Amino acid sequence: MVLKVFFPSCCSSAESGILIGRWISEQNSAVILAVVHFPFIPVQVKQYLSEVQRVTKVSVSVLGSWSNSKQEKEESLSEFLEDLGTIFSHEPWIQISKEGDSKFWSCSTLQKHSNNPKEEEIILVYYDQRKVMLSHLHPPLDAAASAEQKAEDASELSAIFDTVAKSKILFMTDRYDDGPIKLTHWQSDGVEASIIVELMKQASVPACMLLTFLLSLISGVCRSRALKFWPLSFLWSKLSTCEQLGHRLQHLQVISSTKKAQNQTQLMRKANIFVSLLIDVALGILLMSWLYRKNRIGHLADTLIPVADHVAEELQNLLQWLMGAPAGLKMNRALDQVLGRFFLYHIHLWISYIHLMSPFIEMILWYVGLSACLGLTVALCILSDIIALLTFHIYCFYVYGARLYCLKIYGLSSLWRLFRGKKWNVLRQRVDSCSYDLDQLFIGTLLFTILLFLLPTTALYYLVFTLLRLLVVIVQGLIHLLVDLIDSLPLYSILLRLCRSYRLAAGVKFRVLEQQDGKPLRLLMQINPLSYSSVVQTYRLPTYSCYPKDSWASLCKKLFLGELIYPWKHKGEKQD
Amino acid sequence: MEERRYRSASGAPIALRCRQHSASCRELAVRCPRLQLRSLSAVTSAVWLAAYGLFVLSENSVVLSAAIFITLIGLIIYLHFVKIDQESLLVIGSLGIQVTSSYASGKESTTFIEMGQVKDVVINEAIYMQKVIYYLCILLQDPGDPQGVSEVVPLFQSSKPRLDCLIEVYKSCQEILEQRKTAPHQA
Repeated sequence: MVLKVFFPSCCSSAESGILIGRWISEQNSAVILAVVHFPFIPVQVKQYLSEVQRVTKVSVSVLGSWSNSKQEKEESLSEFLEDLGTIFSHEPWIQISKEGDSKFWSCSTLQKHSNNPKEEEIILVYYDQRKVMLSHLHPPLDAAASAEQKAEDASELSAIFDTVAKSKILFMTDRYDDGPIKLTHWQSDGVEASIIVELMKQASVPACMLLTFLLSLISGVCRSRALKFWPLSFLWSKLSTCEQLGHRLQHLQVISSTKKAQNQTQLMRKANIFVSLLIDVALGILLMSWLYRKNRIGHLADTLIPVADHVAEELQNLLQWLMGAPAGLKMNRALDQVLGRFFLYHIHLWISYIHLMSPFIEMILWYVGLSACLGLTVALCILSDIIALLTFHIYCFYVYGARLYCLKIYGLSSLWRLFRGKKWNVLRQRVDSCSYDLDQLFIGTLLFTILLFLLPTTALYYLVFTLLRLLVVIVQGLIHLLVDLIDSLPLYSILLRLCRSYRLAAGVKFRVLEQQDGKPLRLLMQINPLSYSSVVQTYRLPTYSCYPKDSWASLCKKLFLGELIYPWKHKGEKQD
Repeated sequence: MEERRYRSASGAPIALRCRQHSASCRELAVRCPRLQLRSLSAVTSAVWLAAYGLFVLSENSVVLSAAIFITLIGLIIYLHFVKIDQESLLVIGSLGIQVTSSYASGKESTTFIEMGQVKDVVINEAIYMQKVIYYLCILLQDPGDPQGVSEVVPLFQSSKPRLDCLIEVYKSCQEILEQRKTAPHQA
């Protein structure tokens, strides 16, 4: 049987003493946490260890002895160390000794109640105690789902990481304390702490309470009855800015809660939300300062009306083209003229409204631009909403064209069934044969012919306006994708992976150090950090919008039948 | 520590180095053929000739600097992300198996599989384009089903050694894996 000893590299130069740590019998490995130096009273050591065990729930015990002699090996010392094995009974008793500055230590075990007398091989694995303590081991993504089964079958590595992480209290006593026990571990030269972090921790509690109070006020106002009346609630649900503001409010509530984070995932989530909000607001303020610098807002407002005019003019040209002979196709003159004039009048109405609003545009834009200080995402949502408002007439045309086309298609399909002598059975949801009267057949066939010959005209109008609508939808969709990206990117985790890569561990890697015959195998255990793609996948923040719910096939089918398409439906909205 | 020469599946010369660190620890490293100066200069001259042709046609010197830029960036990306110099297998009985790939730029990507998850190391056959090649792989244990295999991890994917080299590696691995079956676990 191979015995594995995990030795912290910080204790390599420690004075002689006894080794304390955890013995994992299922894996035949000993994780050494610290070295207790002479002189000590065995009873006090046992008391201290039982206290540590009670607090940390890790079974810490004395595992063996460590001797670091500068000169030649002393016989009396080795006998003394063996006698210690009888005081602290532990099976097996590990003895590690280092001579002078030699890299190669000798390791041996004493087994009193062993069945097999043969010498077992010992592997000495060095590990960096501070890094292993701070690191968080991530299980592979597919195994995380079955985490409940894995609880009893904990892997060896997670047991080691767990042991070191839970023994934080052991590392709190340094050598300047006046206790009866003198320990050596990674913090024995003095406990590390940062003044800034401690000050921020003290300041965060009252800040969180203030923030919670303010947020409860704001959410109370938002939920008040005054804002729930029908026109207003419809407006709030359609504007994406309100969704984004609600989302950010939720985030603020998460970070301002005064409860401490229970586990690693919650802590990382809070930190990611905080950093994401900070960066968002910083970028927003940057954008605002750029917009207001040389009165660019004024220029923007000035160009808005000419742009709207230009779009309307282009649409008018398009309609004139459709009313003539578009692409050489011959349209039905009467229907063409009716539809064309209807849409032209609509555009005329729209332009009049825009010109009515034009003196107020600059002021509205100026005040709306101020809200960019709430974040870059809010500014992008406002942009998307402005685009939606400016292209509202395109949306109207699309709805008119689609409804007309849809009616036509349904009429045609039902009359086609009549033409063949069949009928749609609503009760049975299938096509049945039916005998029609002569006059029913006559009128049906007439209507069918009329609808069929008017089909190209309506189809062309429908095609043109659907393409325009799709263009606007794509532009809005791209803006929302960008907003989603900023919302869900875990910036804190990525920065952590960049700067302190040992905190996020995917596993470990071993390096074989110099060997010498007769001495145990020496390995160095280092932390293998998580790859950037798994960091983003594990710590992604959830967002409120979802990607197109229609597959390409169903989208094409809907377009063909003339059903209205809403590809960027938000989560939580009722389905049509 | 000896080094033996073999051939890869496509005929390129590779070298296998076997090191025994202790009774239960072995390191097997396969060295892939290095980047040839011939192919590097051929690709570079082709790209630069094409860029010069474009420059003659368009009279725009941006094409030339863009070609140089693209060649440099392409070379860096190739060396850092694509070209594997050496693939090694470190088998430590009772700890696990570590698979390392070192790239030409010095980057090393490591995966460590614990011994508890390893079911066995076997040689499999695969159909690759028009050939049938052999490859060595590690079978991972399915935690729910003791007889099942949850995942297959193929080794030496970029050097693709032939069967004779694989048999050497297989024998070395099996000697260490057998030790965990003979040694009884303590209750």
